[in-house]
Amino acid sequence: MNFDFSDDQKSLREEARRFLNEKAGAKVTRRVLDDAKLSYDEGLWHAVAEMGWIGVAIPEEYGGTGLGRLELCVLAEELGRAVAPIPYSSTVYFLAEALMCSGSDAQKQALLPKVASGEVIGALALSEGPGVPTSAGLQTKFDGTTLSGTKIPVTDGDCATHAIVVAKEGGGASLALVDLNQPGVTRTTLKTLDPTRGHAKLEFKNAKAERLGAAGQGWELSEALLDRAAVLLAFEQVGGSQACLEMARDYAKERVAFARPIGSFQAIKHKLADMYVAIEVARSNAYYGAWALSTEAAELPFAAAASRAAASDAYYLCAKENIQTHGGMGFTWEVDCHLFYRRAKLLAVQAGSPAVWKEKLVKRLEQRNAA
Amino acid sequence: MDFNDTPEEAKFRAEARTFLEAHLKPKSAESERLARKLSPAEYMKAAKDYQRKKAEAGFAGITWAKEQGGRALPPIYAVIFNQEEAKFDAPSAPFSIGLGMCVPTVIAFADDATKDRYVRKALEGEEIWCQLFSEPGAGSDVAASKTKAVRDGDDWIVNGQKVWTTGAHFADFGILLVRTNPDVEKHKGLTMFIVDMKAKGVEARPIHQASGGREFNEVYFTDVRIPDKNRLGEPGQGWSVALVTLMNERLAVGGSYGPDYKEIFEFARGINAPAGDGPLIKDEAFRQKLADWIVRAEGCKLAKFRTMTALSKGQTPGPESSIGKVINANQMMDIANTAIEAQDHYGIINDPDLAPLEGAFHQSYMFAPGLRIAGGTDEILKNIIAERVLGLPQEPRADKGVAFKDLPSGR
Repeated sequence: MNFDFSDDQKSLREEARRFLNEKAGAKVTRRVLDDAKLSYDEGLWHAVAEMGWIGVAIPEEYGGTGLGRLELCVLAEELGRAVAPIPYSSTVYFLAEALMCSGSDAQKQALLPKVASGEVIGALALSEGPGVPTSAGLQTKFDGTTLSGTKIPVTDGDCATHAIVVAKEGGGASLALVDLNQPGVTRTTLKTLDPTRGHAKLEFKNAKAERLGAAGQGWELSEALLDRAAVLLAFEQVGGSQACLEMARDYAKERVAFARPIGSFQAIKHKLADMYVAIEVARSNAYYGAWALSTEAAELPFAAAASRAAASDAYYLCAKENIQTHGGMGFTWEVDCHLFYRRAKLLAVQAGSPAVWKEKLVKRLEQRNAA
Repeated sequence: MDFNDTPEEAKFRAEARTFLEAHLKPKSAESERLARKLSPAEYMKAAKDYQRKKAEAGFAGITWAKEQGGRALPPIYAVIFNQEEAKFDAPSAPFSIGLGMCVPTVIAFADDATKDRYVRKALEGEEIWCQLFSEPGAGSDVAASKTKAVRDGDDWIVNGQKVWTTGAHFADFGILLVRTNPDVEKHKGLTMFIVDMKAKGVEARPIHQASGGREFNEVYFTDVRIPDKNRLGEPGQGWSVALVTLMNERLAVGGSYGPDYKEIFEFARGINAPAGDGPLIKDEAFRQKLADWIVRAEGCKLAKFRTMTALSKGQTPGPESSIGKVINANQMMDIANTAIEAQDHYGIINDPDLAPLEGAFHQSYMFAPGLRIAGGTDEILKNIIAERVLGLPQEPRADKGVAFKDLPSGR
């Protein structure tokens, strides 16, 4: 039984934590929060690129560092912990993974090295309006070379250079790879619950685009892409949840009320113990997802859904109860609790809400039992 | 990451499997029904027989020192054996408390002569042990024990009452926590003894549980004489001794019970959804609950894999395995409650001939409240997570610096 990260991977985690403590954290996240014109922190983005983190799972022949998905999981957890205001998930979990899973060699050659260097920023454009997207409901149309339609919201869509667009093609769906810096693309920045990450509405009018993967396979490819991203997003959520628990714990030990630290009250202890339990459930499921992702196991769809369902619930619980533990101070702009509370909701709804993943989980278990 | 055994672990697992296949039937609904049909005497005979074979084959006391009849292997091997044994109908219940909690305490605190007298007989299933800690006035606050022992020459004379003692009616010996000095602070006036359960003045009476069963006992002590050589640790050190036992308890309690997910799926396919428009398994609200249960059950299982990984590497496991006890009993209750309500009016019938899964949901429903309390209540376990894992401060206490006899004791 070896259900843990290796010593090398643990060293990477420590290194990442030290690095992010110094270069990221609330001060950096707040720069983006407080400036409506900023959609990400460029300094942090380039620093992360220089560390080789963007290309951590990209093979060396495409300019990456050629480590693997387990190392990517380690970094995802740390970036989640730091509430990093950078388009890492959009670029790495969506664009890079889509290119590596479905791209032609020419597409990989053209883009992956620029992804690894931080020059190219990615985005996944799936949602077209309120509610769960479906294959049949797609309005955005693709004919193999041009793309028309509207995607809203697109996380990191205002700073991305390229997007993976899920669009209708003929009777099915395809993935379209679009350079966003062209006349056929109009971006409108959106106001969102989590202003520490950029969001946009993207309108395509006969925009030039190329197909990624086989025609008509787009929905299946996007589902597979979402499964992979689910595991990585779950690690970000576990990292954020853990940060909330530690913040609440530290405050509960310091804050005195009724002449005693509030952490000595059982009402606070039990709340924090519940947070701990939720995190350990999420972490254990995420580890399973990490194993499945890194070994391309047949269990990935099940493990991804379980990881995501557990992590979304854990982060919501930890973020809201962190505010509650902090009392009135937790409801101020100056105290960092709301950064986590905002990010928890972005991570819960982007790439499929908790209810969607729970439904997928049950369906996948039914399929497994039937097999 | 992988889920594979090391070559040594794989060899041991195969060895364990060969032993188990030779002596037991694989677990199935049918094997469990047959086991339930045995009389208590027949079951006990089968249990003692199995335990003796287990000891002979070297699968009892896997982690114990060789001089105690053990095999001195690292804890991962005990976990592997337990994993394999769980796939069979093993009649090991009568020994779990003795070998899991009581005898390790004896090994930790007794002199060589005492160990020679008790340890091997327990390991070979010849003698059964029980643990006598809880009292009517000392549950979560077990250090408030009032059962008292007074020195009389080379003996101690014990009077009082213990409660919730598993197996007291068939146990040969017990470890007994008593008050030997009421004039000092609560935790400082306790002493631990080995008590002969067949001694004069010891009386075990079964408790009629809310669930209808009678698995636990109350035990009365009336002028029971215990020789001083049966003392574990110094007089007044009983609390430190008890902590060693309790540490072992929380490792032992916390498995999951009740119908498994295949059975739950099958149940939900065969019953109407609340909207009356199809089977329950198609009902969205039910599916969301089902997902929550699966996620938590998987989380507990996978947390154990993390613990096993640490053990396999010879490291101290993290505290992650402590989540199981908090999750399992509540989840068992929630599943049972949902399944009973899903049957609408019919859900009230628990006759095994009429109820789904022979009334298994009703058994869960009625037993789960006990599991939320046994071996540390939900609330105590959350205090432990908060204080020992997260490092939160203890509550200010009303029982510090006060002699035990001066503490308010309630009912």
